[in-house]
Amino acid sequence: MRADLDIIQDWIPAGSRVLDLGCGNGELLAWLHEHKQVFGYGLEIDAENIAACVSKGVNVIEQDLDKGLGNFASDSFDVVVMTQSLQALHFPDKVLAEMLRVGKTCIITFPNFAHWRCRWYLASKGRMPVSDFLPYTWYNTPNIHFCTFEDFENLCHAQGAQVLNRLAVDRAHRHSFASRILPNLLGEIGIYRVSRPGVADAQIAT
Amino acid sequence: MPTVFAPDSVGLVTPQVLHFAEPLALACGRSLADYQLTYETYGQLNAAGSNAVLICHALSGHHHAAGYHSVDERKPGWWDSCIGPGKPLDTNRFFVVSLNNLGGCNGSTGPASLNPATGKPFGADFPVMTVEDWVHSQARLADALGIGQWAAVVGGSLGGMQALQWTISYPERVRHCLAIASAPKLSAQNIAFNEVARQAILTDPEFHGGDFLDQGVIPKRGLMLARMVGHITYLSDDSMGEKFGRGLKSEKLNYDFHSVEFQVESYLRYQGEEFSGRFDANTYLLMTKALDYFDPAAAHDGDLAKTLAVAQADFCVMSFTTDWRFSPARSREIVDALTAARKNVCYLEIDAPQGHDAFLMPIPRYLQAFSSYMNRIAL
Repeated sequence: MRADLDIIQDWIPAGSRVLDLGCGNGELLAWLHEHKQVFGYGLEIDAENIAACVSKGVNVIEQDLDKGLGNFASDSFDVVVMTQSLQALHFPDKVLAEMLRVGKTCIITFPNFAHWRCRWYLASKGRMPVSDFLPYTWYNTPNIHFCTFEDFENLCHAQGAQVLNRLAVDRAHRHSFASRILPNLLGEIGIYRVSRPGVADAQIAT
Repeated sequence: MPTVFAPDSVGLVTPQVLHFAEPLALACGRSLADYQLTYETYGQLNAAGSNAVLICHALSGHHHAAGYHSVDERKPGWWDSCIGPGKPLDTNRFFVVSLNNLGGCNGSTGPASLNPATGKPFGADFPVMTVEDWVHSQARLADALGIGQWAAVVGGSLGGMQALQWTISYPERVRHCLAIASAPKLSAQNIAFNEVARQAILTDPEFHGGDFLDQGVIPKRGLMLARMVGHITYLSDDSMGEKFGRGLKSEKLNYDFHSVEFQVESYLRYQGEEFSGRFDANTYLLMTKALDYFDPAAAHDGDLAKTLAVAQADFCVMSFTTDWRFSPARSREIVDALTAARKNVCYLEIDAPQGHDAFLMPIPRYLQAFSSYMNRIAL
């Protein structure tokens, strides 16, 4: 399984109900179903990914995240997951609010734009960072809303969400000593577990 | 005129007929004393009886869904793009059953059949059928064929409604339900289109209150108009524009009202003409009523999730972007109810320019998803 998914699965209790936003080829849901008796749905818009989900027997629903989660009732999932999609949304703030409404806890991963490589690229070249990891030029990138760990945590704060866990990892999803000490500078990808205020700790214990 | 059939065709098929002597109670309060169902099958039922798939047809459909009745037949069955060896409904794997619904006009008992009580065609006396009635009659067909549980019940449009109804009426007898280009109930606009079609037939002087066969005539003009209206709603604005545009049949405009001038007029008249020669007007009325009446959630105060709570099947729902007769929003209502009821469901919104008719077309993404879903069904 993809390295970040392997970290995430540890935060998802067995037997829980999961909504995976931008579920890709359904890898996480298929694994969770098989190993942790998780019942879930994945939302996806890419045709090839949807086909892969259908083949795997993953419950996939073709739905654009930017149009909200209005079709899902409040509190209807134990965990709402969104990996590597936050920065590609038109309305990341609204989607975060929707995730917090629909799920008891939310797991979100995104690339950190304050990572030292991005900072160095921008500072030294004066141009938008392009790397193997984020290979797009500014005008044709799907990633239209980059943020940093600080930015994301500010948004959580503004929405009254509590950050339950935070892991800053490198592109191979290793969490080193360095990324623990200076996450916003040395962490390349953030893996966050957040919840709405007032969700009792007992309900979100893993 | 294929004399050698394509390797992915089911080839020559022969319709079969089964008589049912036990009366069938209907939603309208009446019952059919005895009746016959005409059906076709493709593929082989396995020893465990676990590979049977039921095809439910749409408004003007019938039992002939795949293959050819003779080597001279010009076109194969109406869903030949999806049924055959290696196709989504793979006949190497599945035993596919396709019937003509009760009230139809292609071999099953319907308004044009002789009423044994009078020796004359039923005509106006044939009872109004509902989707539920059809599902009950299909369950009896399943019994007769030794099929305890369908691996899948599949249908497009009105056929999708029957597939949904199966999961509600006989939850233990359906493992998978595929509802394509369908809806949980008709909208006012949809009922309105049906009403226009019905009025075209009912006001045709040759209709004779439904007993036109006794008079030796058919309400051809009414049926033709009904089909023309219907046909417009099955196509998208784009597909009509692409197919016909403002193209003319003749060199110039005639400045009169009787000439067939635009290509689209000619096409619609041809469709209406062809249809009125092969379809029974009473069956058309009956099919549109079955569509209008379908509303399974009505039994639960409009709560579709509650209605579908009994279902044991997994679901696959598909819609097409330019379908405005059964728009993607209508399919999403089904999906939302299914997720609220915590059912397994896949939903695809296929980008296709063909409008409602897309469900009959060999659209690559559609066929691929359809195949993928069917292939994962355990037998």
